[in-house]
Amino acid sequence: MTITRRTILKTGAAAAALPLLGSRAFAQGEPLKIGFIYVGTINDNGYNYAHNQGRLYVEEQLGDAVETTYVENVPEGPDCERVLRELAQQGNKLIFATSFGFGDSVIKVAQQFPDVKFEHATGYQKAENVGLYNARFYEGRAVCGTIAGHLSKTGKLAYIGSFPIPEVVMGINALALSARRINPDITVKPVYISTWNDPAKEADAARALIDQGVDVIAQHTDGPAALQVAQERGIIGGFGQGADMSAFAPETQLTAIIDNWGPHYLASAQAVIDGTWVAGDTWEGLKENVVEMGPYNEKIPAEVVADAEKVRTGQIDGSFHIFTGPIKDNTGAERVAAGVTMTDAELLSMDWYVEGVEQPA
Amino acid sequence: MDITIAIFITLVGAATPILIAALGELVVEKAGVLNLGVEGMMLVGAIAGFAAQFYTGNPYLALLAGAFAGAATSMIFGFLTLSLSANQTATGLALTIFGTGFSALAGAPFSARPIELMRPLFPAELATHPMWRVLFGYSAPVYFSFFMVFAIWYFLKKTRAGLILRAVGENDLSAHSIGYSVKGVRYAAVMFGGAMAGIAGACFPLLLTPQWAERMTAGRGWIAVALVVFASWKPFRLLAGAYLFGLVMTMELYAKAGGGPLSIIPSELWAALPYLATIVVLVLISLRRDASTNAPACLGKPFLPSN
Repeated sequence: MTITRRTILKTGAAAAALPLLGSRAFAQGEPLKIGFIYVGTINDNGYNYAHNQGRLYVEEQLGDAVETTYVENVPEGPDCERVLRELAQQGNKLIFATSFGFGDSVIKVAQQFPDVKFEHATGYQKAENVGLYNARFYEGRAVCGTIAGHLSKTGKLAYIGSFPIPEVVMGINALALSARRINPDITVKPVYISTWNDPAKEADAARALIDQGVDVIAQHTDGPAALQVAQERGIIGGFGQGADMSAFAPETQLTAIIDNWGPHYLASAQAVIDGTWVAGDTWEGLKENVVEMGPYNEKIPAEVVADAEKVRTGQIDGSFHIFTGPIKDNTGAERVAAGVTMTDAELLSMDWYVEGVEQPA
Repeated sequence: MDITIAIFITLVGAATPILIAALGELVVEKAGVLNLGVEGMMLVGAIAGFAAQFYTGNPYLALLAGAFAGAATSMIFGFLTLSLSANQTATGLALTIFGTGFSALAGAPFSARPIELMRPLFPAELATHPMWRVLFGYSAPVYFSFFMVFAIWYFLKKTRAGLILRAVGENDLSAHSIGYSVKGVRYAAVMFGGAMAGIAGACFPLLLTPQWAERMTAGRGWIAVALVVFASWKPFRLLAGAYLFGLVMTMELYAKAGGGPLSIIPSELWAALPYLATIVVLVLISLRRDASTNAPACLGKPFLPSN
């Protein structure tokens, strides 16, 4: 039951290209066709919206040299394979699969289309023609955690997650570690709701958490529902995820983690056009502006903003890494020794929670 | 606030849209029509309600807009299945797909636009004490849903019009032969079901999350369809069923969020309970001798009179 709007998009793209027809004769060869698949809708004001902004950025920068297509609301499962295959058959030479759960399908379809380049976001399975790209969202979580550590009065933070995958676990841990640097009594309650997009369930999870004393909520789902409940109940705050969500909770969004995929998409498209593309494995963050922080809420005291900025700039210049030991897990066992920083491989397979995170029920 | 009361208030929010949509579907099925398009009609109602609230700021107009949009959508189904005798199952599924796509298209300009939540019906002074909040703390659709449980029960059991509607659902040819308009009754029932689904959909942006999100009903229309069977076509059982489903949906989250007594029953069990409950109820129904008589006899069958 996937509803796609790629036909509408194509018509739009064709119409936009019309005035340029005259100059098109000078363009070299065919435009590079690029496909994008999104797990949710581009109107989610969050994760998928941000990926689509990246796609639009490529179109804007490369103009006639590219032709992009997207398919939204692609379920993570067998149907994804069909969509990928269709995109490849339609002549797309570069395909971005933007959600973790697309991984197995990408690997399968990539074997059938060796001349098509695939890039899979937030995944871990590479191949000759499958590159990986990811953003260090956890760096943004460390900034959020610093603010939460200062502002929380009850000492109870919550994290509404979709699925317990390393990406999400890492974010929970970064939030907990950074908040507990400020206030060691803080605990973080993770709640997994088994979906990326069910606003009513996200909102009910937020209600359940606030009813039990949580006063700062972070969420790792694709929309602003939890933030709206936080605003309605008047708790201290929450954080935008994927995009600036302050329109939905002007008093409650403390800051936001903004994904900025455009530069990466541009670089990959250019590499394919130039014939220099190789299956990469990039993981960029605040330093490369792939992750950006939204505006700090006015109600945050200046010294807290200063502290958050210190964490942000420290991660940019490399002087601070949130996953530097000593780190204990939530059973009390030491996982990372003092002074040691976790490797990217360790982070990408993280399946344990740091001290202060309650084991999810 | 006492946690029990907090849970109850969240549970009412979760149960209300399901109950309203299921009540509509119950009347439709009592008239012998199976409309599986509830989810699609809810989504069309949700975007219509959202848009009306966005432009007018009047939640009652928004509910009306939802009802109107749901009813209009249901007329597509009505025309295809009642006038053209198309297969009801397939048409209902198509209606859900249509409603999902149409609402996404119509809703595209409204992303990133928050709206106002609907306010409680009674003045806040009445709901200051937590105990009174349980009674007076909700907005109009909650009271509407309770009223409709009673009204539909009364209509089906006690009125002549209700008897005719049931006759049409039980034996369309007999009803036709003594002069009742089977198509007319069914059109009216389908339209009523559409309006109720539309109101249920409008509850999502007005009561639960004051925003528009594609597919924001997230499958609750299907729960409503299942509940009608679960309740064996009885309004008061439907009320119980909607609150049971609302309870397990809510408790799953409270159990995940909380410690102490809330986590005695693991959240996985809460999550599985609706399905276990459905199986138990279906078994109980089939154990009873008169079970088969409870479903409207003409449910899902096209009406094709020979003359």
